[in-house]
Amino acid sequence: MTIIDQTDAVPAPRDGESTGPLLDVRDLHVEFHTREGVVRAVNGVNYSVNSGETLAVLGESGSGKSVTAQAIMGILDMPPARIPQGEIRFHGRDMLAMSEEERRKIRGARIAMIFQDALSSLNPVLSVGFQLGEMFRVHQGMSRKDAKAKAVELMDRVKIPAAAARVNDYPHQFSGGMRQRIMIAMALALEPDLIIADEPTTALDVTVQAQVMDLLAELQREYRMGLILITHDLGVVADVADKIAVMYAGRIVETAPVHELYKRPAHPYTRGLLDSIPRLDQKGQELYAIKGLPPNLLKVPKGCAFNPRCDRAQDVCRTDVPPLVQVTERDGTALPGRASACHFWKETIHG
Amino acid sequence: MAETTKATEPGDATPNVSPLEVADVHSVEEKVAALDAPVERGEPILQVRNLVKHFPLTQGIIVKRHVGAVKAVDGVSFDLYQGETLGIVGESGCGKSTVAKVLMNLEKATAGEVFYKGQDITKLSGRALKAVRRNIQMIFQDPYTSLNPRMTVGDIIGEPFDIHPEVAPKGDRRQRVRELLDVVGLNPEYINRYPHQFSGGQRQRIGIARGLALNPEVIICDEPVSALDVSVQAQVINLMERLQDEFNLSYVFIAHDLSIVRHISDRVGVMYLGRIAEIGSDEQIYEHPTHPYTQALLSAVPVPDPDAREGRERIILTGDVPSPANPPSGCSFRTRCWKAQDKCAEETPLLAVPERFKGVDTPAAHESACHFAEEKDVVHAG
Repeated sequence: MTIIDQTDAVPAPRDGESTGPLLDVRDLHVEFHTREGVVRAVNGVNYSVNSGETLAVLGESGSGKSVTAQAIMGILDMPPARIPQGEIRFHGRDMLAMSEEERRKIRGARIAMIFQDALSSLNPVLSVGFQLGEMFRVHQGMSRKDAKAKAVELMDRVKIPAAAARVNDYPHQFSGGMRQRIMIAMALALEPDLIIADEPTTALDVTVQAQVMDLLAELQREYRMGLILITHDLGVVADVADKIAVMYAGRIVETAPVHELYKRPAHPYTRGLLDSIPRLDQKGQELYAIKGLPPNLLKVPKGCAFNPRCDRAQDVCRTDVPPLVQVTERDGTALPGRASACHFWKETIHG
Repeated sequence: MAETTKATEPGDATPNVSPLEVADVHSVEEKVAALDAPVERGEPILQVRNLVKHFPLTQGIIVKRHVGAVKAVDGVSFDLYQGETLGIVGESGCGKSTVAKVLMNLEKATAGEVFYKGQDITKLSGRALKAVRRNIQMIFQDPYTSLNPRMTVGDIIGEPFDIHPEVAPKGDRRQRVRELLDVVGLNPEYINRYPHQFSGGQRQRIGIARGLALNPEVIICDEPVSALDVSVQAQVINLMERLQDEFNLSYVFIAHDLSIVRHISDRVGVMYLGRIAEIGSDEQIYEHPTHPYTQALLSAVPVPDPDAREGRERIILTGDVPSPANPPSGCSFRTRCWKAQDKCAEETPLLAVPERFKGVDTPAAHESACHFAEEKDVVHAG
């Protein structure tokens, strides 16, 4: 299997740290044991993120993109979830082999997460200042007073107006955009190396979405953090990502640097997704629609999981699972960072 | 308030609002007959004039004192022509869903009129209202909560026939439901299944079939695809376009996704804090926006093209939408507008073709409620 390691514009790693990727997920499997059977939500996912780099994980609901993120964070409910195999290497060390004690030290401090729904992710009965300060009290043993001062500083950092006056307010007193800023502040509190943002702007209006994405990009540049952006919005991805991994039914079906993916998709699913979104800057004719529905993970189709919805499907697609292979130019030169899990990737990319 | 009404009063010779033809009918029979009469293509079917909906804010438990009002819709006027799609866009809280509810007569308007084929539906009752309701149907946003989980698909789609039995006689109903399922692309054999056995996109198709059951002329779609996955969205949009051609429907399409609205709409109205900021054909709004709010909204939409990310100018608005309970004086957008001057706080801008574009043959000559309207292309890169 191919792993995307380097894209053209990868910034240099932070000083004094090893040169390997910041996070390296290898052959990760996650399954859920339910009464109806075993749901294989993640089926051999590989990806890596360097510091300062943004990886976008693109996929529809049920594609396993959030479960992968939760496995990295170590916040999966186990049971019913189980990780039968795989490695999650953070700074070269496999986190799945660590003790719970060690993982706790990483979670929040080194890897932080931003959730989609800020209102249900914040505790409604505690003030935001208290919740922000909790990071410092728990991880650094700060006093309440110092922690609150830090909280004000953080709220300033994410541009919440009148931070000092609002530090004792409760989550419901903030608007959606402001709540998402508090979530970002919380994730940033201990200056982590990696932030996982799970649909951070899906619940927001476009004007607020632009504000929040701008803020996130600015902070990422400043702290040189790695960012995993999980989303289904092809527009947001085009704006911020360096490289993209497209997921379908628990597998990565295509990986590519951002410019390449939009220009020349190498998987029929990616191509279908790109063709099926209406564009703001042009009025098209009828939209291309991928036929059928995303698969039920209890009954994933044999062979390539996308075959019942694919225009190109042949007999081989219904029997053999296509491996994620390196994508090359017509003449055989390898395209860096590009891979596709389709038997017919050559036809898809080169026409 | 007074000023906006002046501008949007019927009779203003603007392309958006055409002169009213109020039907001169009195008896119930005449009214019902007039409501069922067909409308020519291109004629206005629904005319909304100065629609206002305020929700009172009260204080006190036993004696409720009125302490103010949430001005959800504050003077909205537009026409819907037969066979067209009118898109309404805006951020959450701008009043677009309230407009939908008032059009459906689910909420009573505080003031203003909604004329359907020349009759004010806000004043109708009894049989005449029932006839209107048959002709205006709605598709809801959330396919998970808008279908009763204890009813089979056949009962859900067939329920409108219980209320309007004249549309399909009792013996024909099952057959009619099967036809409807077929029309929206579902297997007619699914008639005895329950909603939980379907995926989100399929459920939305059930909602559409229910909306079509009574052969309506106008369908109000409140965010019909925003709860669906990208690959399924396109299927539902295509279905809605096909049905429009097949059954000659007029749509009011309410959504916050500007790309989808552009794709499906013939004309687009942009709402901000209960008012229409700008309205025009899709090309006028998207290629030649003149209202700063429209420009900001359009520039904030991420375009799925990574090459455009450096070239495009983005207008990032500061702050949040003000509370509709206490909207700013004058132009309601002035608190976030980069062009705002003293005049904006004092005078409410009227929704009209801006003075400078009047009589000029340019796509920028469409109605825009801004004192300093000027054209700016924000959608294209460079």
